[in-house]
This record gives sequence, C-alpha cells and structure tokens, in this order.
Amino acid sequence: MIRAPKCEMTLMVNGEKHSIVARQADTLLFVLRNYLGLTGSKPGCLNGDCGACTVLIDGTPIKSCMILAIETIGKSITTIEGLHDAPIQRAFVEQFAFQCGYCTPGFIMNAHALTEHRPDADDETIRKWLESNICRCTSYREIEQAVKSVLAEGQKQE
Amino acid sequence: MIGKSVIRKEAWDKVTGRAKYTHDYLETGMLHAKLVISPYAHARIREIDTKKAFSIPGVRAVITGEGLPLTGEDLRDRPPIAFEKVRYHGEVVAVVVADTLVQAEQAARLVRVVYDPLPAVGSPREALEEGAPLIHERLGSYQKGKYTYPEPNTNIAHRTKIRKGNMKKGWMESDVVVEASFSFSPSDHIAMETRCATAEILPDGNIVIVASTQSPFMVKRLISAYFGEDVGKIVVRTPLVGGAYGGKAPVQLELLAYLASKAVGGRKVSVWNTREQDMITSPVHIGLEATVKLGCTTDGYIKAAEILFLFDGGAYSDKAIDVTRAAATDCTGPYHIENVWCDSLCVYTNHPYASPFRSFGHCEQAFAIERTIDLLAEKLNMDKLELRMKNAIRPGHTTPTQVLLNQSNVGNLPACIRRLYELIQWDEWQRIEIDARTVRAKGVSCSWKTSTIDTDASSGAIITFNPDGSVNLMSGVVEIGTGTKTILAQILAEKLKMDINDVHVKMEIDTQSTPEHWKTVASRGTFMGGRAVLEAADDVIRQLKDIAACILRAPIEDLEVGYGKVFLRDDPSIYIPIKDIAYGYKYPNGNAVGGQIIGRGNYILRHLTPLDKETGAGKPGPEWTVCAHAVEIEFDKRDCTYKIIKAVSVIDVGKVLNFKAALGQVMGAMSMGLSFASRETFLFDQYERVLNPQFRTYQPIRFGEHPEYIADFIETPQIDAPYGARGVGEHGLIGMPAALANALSIAAEVPLNQLPLFPELIWRTKKGEQYDSF
Ligand code: FES
Ligand code: FES
Repeated sequence: MIRAPKCEMTLMVNGEKHSIVARQADTLLFVLRNYLGLTGSKPGCLNGDCGACTVLIDGTPIKSCMILAIETIGKSITTIEGLHDAPIQRAFVEQFAFQCGYCTPGFIMNAHALTEHRPDADDETIRKWLESNICRCTSYREIEQAVKSVLAEGQKQE
Repeated sequence: MIGKSVIRKEAWDKVTGRAKYTHDYLETGMLHAKLVISPYAHARIREIDTKKAFSIPGVRAVITGEGLPLTGEDLRDRPPIAFEKVRYHGEVVAVVVADTLVQAEQAARLVRVVYDPLPAVGSPREALEEGAPLIHERLGSYQKGKYTYPEPNTNIAHRTKIRKGNMKKGWMESDVVVEASFSFSPSDHIAMETRCATAEILPDGNIVIVASTQSPFMVKRLISAYFGEDVGKIVVRTPLVGGAYGGKAPVQLELLAYLASKAVGGRKVSVWNTREQDMITSPVHIGLEATVKLGCTTDGYIKAAEILFLFDGGAYSDKAIDVTRAAATDCTGPYHIENVWCDSLCVYTNHPYASPFRSFGHCEQAFAIERTIDLLAEKLNMDKLELRMKNAIRPGHTTPTQVLLNQSNVGNLPACIRRLYELIQWDEWQRIEIDARTVRAKGVSCSWKTSTIDTDASSGAIITFNPDGSVNLMSGVVEIGTGTKTILAQILAEKLKMDINDVHVKMEIDTQSTPEHWKTVASRGTFMGGRAVLEAADDVIRQLKDIAACILRAPIEDLEVGYGKVFLRDDPSIYIPIKDIAYGYKYPNGNAVGGQIIGRGNYILRHLTPLDKETGAGKPGPEWTVCAHAVEIEFDKRDCTYKIIKAVSVIDVGKVLNFKAALGQVMGAMSMGLSFASRETFLFDQYERVLNPQFRTYQPIRFGEHPEYIADFIETPQIDAPYGARGVGEHGLIGMPAALANALSIAAEVPLNQLPLFPELIWRTKKGEQYDSF
C-alpha cells in the first residue's frame, strides 16, 4: 500500500494564514472541515455532483471536494464563514430560499460569485451557474428569487 | 402573529455556515467507522476474513453480524449486520473501526467476504410467484407486533385488508368499469445531508448517541428494546437535520454506532454514510405494483373499488409495513365510495429496504388511483374535474376504514377543486396542438392524507423565562427543515401576546432535557407540538395570574396576560411586568413570593384505534387534509421529451400559520414529487444490483429545470388544532406524480402507467408491445 506522506502547507483562508500538516491526498473540503474546523462547507457527494462544498478560490466558485488542499497553496480561499453581510445572505433569508439549510452554504457561495462576476446575468446565465448545485428542500424558485433580487438591487444602484 | 411570514429562527445560522449538523461535530480522539457492504442482492455468506484488515495501522475493531439480536419496528427480521445471508445489494456485512476515516476505508477494502450467490427476487409479483426464492425462511419465528400479520413460507411481511360495504352490490350498480395496472421501482430520498450517527458509552454505562434522525426518542427506546440497555441511561442528541423526508425516521446507523462503540470499550465512534451508501445501504423510497378496478354509474358516481397494492418493501420490513398500511387506509383517494375491497401487501424482495417517503404511502397510492380516475373519465366521456367533483369526499361520508367524517376532521375538497379550476383556466383548454411537433396538456389529480401514527403518540413542551421576561421554548420536534419550531414560537407568541423576538427556541434535541415528541413525521409537528405549547402557555398564564392577583390585589378572573405584563382587563394601566414576577416577586422589604415559573404542556392523540385485521375498520388519524393538483406540460411528439411548464396545488390547510413557510413547504414538496415522477428511480441489473447510486446517474431536478409553481390555500379549520391548522408538510407532493402522468397521457395519447416518466418510457409505450420492456 502506498501511503501519501503528510506535508506542511500554508493556506490563505478567509483572509487568514493557516499552517497545517496534512496528507497530500487530502481534499480542500477535508482540510477545511477537519483541520480548520470550518464546517460550513458541506460534504454532499464528494464527487463533484451536488455543489454543497462550494467555496471561492481567487473569487471563482470551486467544488472543494474536487480539489486537493495542496493545489490551493498561494491562492485566496473564501468559505461561507468568510462571507459577512453579503447581500445574497440577506436575500436568502428574506426569500425563504432554504429549509434544512444543508445545501445553503454551497448555493450562497456560488450565487455570491455570480452576482459579483455577472451583475447583468440573464436567466440563462443564472441557470448555467446554479445548475451545479442540488437543493432537495426548496423548489428552486425561492433561490431564483433571492438571486434576482440581489441582481436587481445592484442594477438599481448603478 | 398567526399567518405572518416570520423568518425562521435559525435562518442567520444557516446563511453564515454556523448551523451545525451531526457530522459537523468533529472531535480529536473520535474513532471512525466504515461499513463493508454486500456486492450481491441475495447470497449466502460462506466466510468473512478480517485478518488482513488489521494490517492497516489504526484499526481498532472489525465487527461482524454473529450473535446480534434481530431488529425491526413492527417485525424483528433484520440483523443490524448481515448474518449467514445478505438480502440486498448494499447490506452491511462488517463494520471497521479505526482512528481515522482514511484508515477505516483502507481496512474495509481488505475485509474478505466469500459469498455463494442465490437467485434474487426483483419485484413484488415475482416474489409472490409459486416457487419464488424465500427471502426470510424463518419468517414464522420472528418476534412481531400485535397488529403485524406476516405470512410464513411466503414473501409477505404483512397484509392490510380493507373490506367496506358489499362488493357484489357495488358491481351490480356499476354500468362502466375500468381496470388498470401500475408500477414503479424503488428510488431514494437523497437528503443532502447523508445519514450519520456517533455513539459513546461512558464508564457509568450511560450511552450518548448523536444522530441525524427524525426519531431521537425512538432511537432511545429501540436501543433499549433491542439490546436490553436501561432506557434511562440512553441519551440521544439531535442537532439540525439536513433534510429527512421520511428517510431519517427509521433507526439504523445509530445501532451500528452503538455496537461499534461497545467494541472499542465505549470510545466515541462516528458512522457516516457516503452518498453511495446512503442511497442503497440505508432505507429507500418504496416501490409499488398496483391494480385498480373502479366501477361507476353512467352519470359518473363511483360505486365500487377493488384495489391491490403490492409494495416492494425490499429485504426487510422495518417501517415499510406501516407505509403499506397507510396506503390502504386512504386507498380510494378523497372520494366517496361505499363498496371497497383493498389488499395492501408489504412484500419482501431483494431490493434495498424501504422506509417512509414524504407522504407516507400516499403519493404512491394516489398515482394508481388518480390515473384510474382519468381512465374512467375517458371511458365515460366526462370532464375529468367534473368526475372528481361528483365523487369528492365530504362531511357525512365514511373513509375506507369506516371513519365518519365531519366539518372539522376533513377539509373542503370541492372548494379545492373549484379554486384549481380557476387557477389553471381549465375551461379554456386541456390539450392544444401548438405546432406539428408540440402539444400542451393539463393533467389533474386530487389527494388526501391522514397520519397513521401510533394511537398513543404524544408531544410535550416546556416554557421557562429569562430575567428580562422573554421566554425559552423547548419541544421535542426536530428541526428537519420544515420550520416547525418557528411555527411553534409563533403559536406561543400569539398566545402570550408577545414579540416573536422574545421567544427563544431550543433547536437541538437532547432526550434528557427536551420533552418527548413521538417522531417528527407525518406532518404532525404543528398539531401535536402546537397543542402541547398551547397547554404549556396556559400553564404559564395561570401561574403568572396567581402571583399577580396577590400583588395587584385583584381576583384572578379580572387579569389578562400580554405585552410583557399581567394587567387588569378593565384598566390596563394597573399592571405588573412579567419580568418582575417570572422569578418570584420581591417586595420592597426583601420578602419574596412565587418563584421561578416553568410552564408545561403535553398532548396525546385521542380516540385513535388500530385497524381491524379482517375489515380494516378503525380510526388511524385525527384529520384528513385534502388537496387538488394540476400540472401543465409541453410535449414534443417527435422525440417524446417534455417540459413541465406549471404545477399547481390547492390545499385545505385549515389555517395558514406562516404564509411564506407554508408556500415553501408546498412548493418544495411539489418539486420533490415532480422529480420523483419524471426522473427518479433505481436501475437494477439482472442480479438486482443498483446501478446508479450516485447523483451522476441518479439525477434529481436541478436549478433551471423548475417550472412555475402555484400554491394556494383553502382554510376550513380543524376545530381541535392550534388555530385550526392542518398538516401541510407532505401534501404538495401527493398528487404530483399522478397529475404529471395524466398530463403526459393526454399529450401523448397513450396511457402511461409507470414511473418515472422518462421520454424513453413514453416512446416505448407509444410504440407498443415489442418495445415495452427495458
Ligand atoms: S460534495 Fe462536493 S460537489 Fe458534492
Ligand atoms: S435547503 Fe435543504 S437541501 Fe436545500
């Protein structure tokens, strides 16, 4: 049996530097949850299919179960715990865009990136961005409304 | 307060990543278990060799099935770890415990199991054939509940019989008769949080379980019953639950965590399902094969119903028995039929075993019934809503189990149908050809549901105060996403006439300090939990008035409680703030009276009875919520693909307690129903192995595929419920599969009697015989 040796790595998470010793084979999701105690990112499938583990890497939404922690050295990682008072969070609350809340961190990170990168997103763009995440509780309409309310607010301010 | 869209209490925790679920409580020193599962659906276990697994460093124990008691809620037929034989693909054959999950996984791969494969049973009909392999040879010797009727030497775990009226008379009065058969395979709940549990046995023998479950109190009772542990020594904690939908009502991983902890001297062990295991190893959504025969007069009054449900309960009966009983209870759908014959069987197969799925046997049953109603309407040449309206159940009618309905215990179905009629503009068109390829069609259905839970199920609530006069509410209802705890807070705020922000809700369950709520299932949280909260509030009000009467020197009858005060009804300027008496009142000279106020309340279901073995007569639940549904689709005739344009549900909820939360519950349930009906199923190979236990190949509806949803409410109060509210958590789902199938049958002009409605299925059905099997 080949055992991946552990190594020291420094990750930049939510603006803070963290030095940890982890296996080279550890995924970012595993490291966030098990080494840093950031359990907001959720395991839903560990296969890239559900989006519950989505975080931002240099601003781009990435499924943290699909990337090794070691690959993120030198990049800036933002998890749901690093998001404070983002309009999308309030919108999710106001639009009742979650029930059990398990898919919510992943959805919010993805939707937040969408509103930042594509403030003028049309329906098709929204669909393309958000179809990577699964929510089993809501009808998705609530999530759609939350995203659209943030986009509309942004456009009003311009 | 009542009806307002109050934001759920745990909302901000959930949007900031701070909300914690069972598997988020990670701890150094906690051991991890990995399940070794069967690659076969039916096989004898010849040998299990665990030696090699111990070559992995960190492995602390490997547990196999020998010497364990049988488990099961109604019928003890399931070893927690397979012994001698495996009965489904995914069944647990060994549990490996190691320091880290990685080590446990590596070791699990080294557990060598030698199997002798046996012929596998792939459907209820196959299981009932003469000479079919017996899945439980010792069925006759299993311990069972009083109202469970297994049939030894067959694959029948339980049969519920409904015998109402006189069938001979019913068929005599019928001028038109239709009969059809329906089927679908098992599928899954796929809650986003997979099932998980941890267990720890403390030196004093106390057992602490933390689990993602709808039934923390049942976990406690069952571990005690199965393993002979003192029930008082078992503490179960349940933090927030990441979706459940019935799939977390059964007790499974908790037992394994307990066994694993026991094997390592009581250390804390975590058992956590991967997605793949969650889909097949843990209980699934039941499958069904049904035959329905309906007879009616030429003017459309249904006179007779003969119904056969063969449920695919899978390898073990556990909660499936209850599900099949519930389907029988409401077997006719919400229609007044005087002569009813129904047999509902829980049949063993070599499929993953079944558990409740949101609506508890009702969306399954409704699919068969509502398709048949459409076929009947076609044969009669009658409008489909008109036929439903004519036969709609009303006060004064009796249910299949012969419960007499009244103004309170059943909602107003005709009103639901009328509202639906308007919302979908039924009179404008029901099928139109848009162009040579495209057709639009509307399909409708009706549904009803009562709960079929234990006749003595109860719920409790405790209220305490904070020094500022705000209150803490403790209830055993688990927050599985339905927002029930917020609704309970609203009920309390309304009753005490106080600000909702001053009601603090304890979200986590701890069976040691939280009063019991039987199980968070069956849309009963608001009714039972709500009644308990109201009683606890009355208790608090009485105590507050007692003290205030003495301080204000006024008779109790003249006092009112509200707005943070106890005041004189005729002169509110004379009052005492609650905060000054909630912890006892202190006179200026230092003397004190009263003392800490603790409110308690409980509710136990009343007048419920088990079903009679021979006729099914009995009262299963307190009330029936009724609904009418519609689905509008756009169908492409060339390739049989379709788009769901609009889905509508009108539900008689009694009273809307939280408008947006109710909408969310209904729309979410509709989405789940449409997903199930249009695309969700396990695919089995010829050996009955599940081919698609992954989101890559088992694909629920995703963002962007969602149609327009319309949810609307009728309010016919249930008199004995808090503010008249009826159950609503499941009902949006019930009619969706049927309405979708009805719409597509109209569009494709061919009866579609199987689920899920993959375009390929529609194409094969249209092509006829030679193409009709997969
Ligand atoms: S857990 Fe990463 S996509 Fe599902
Ligand atoms: S809120 Fe439960 S899965 Fe999305």
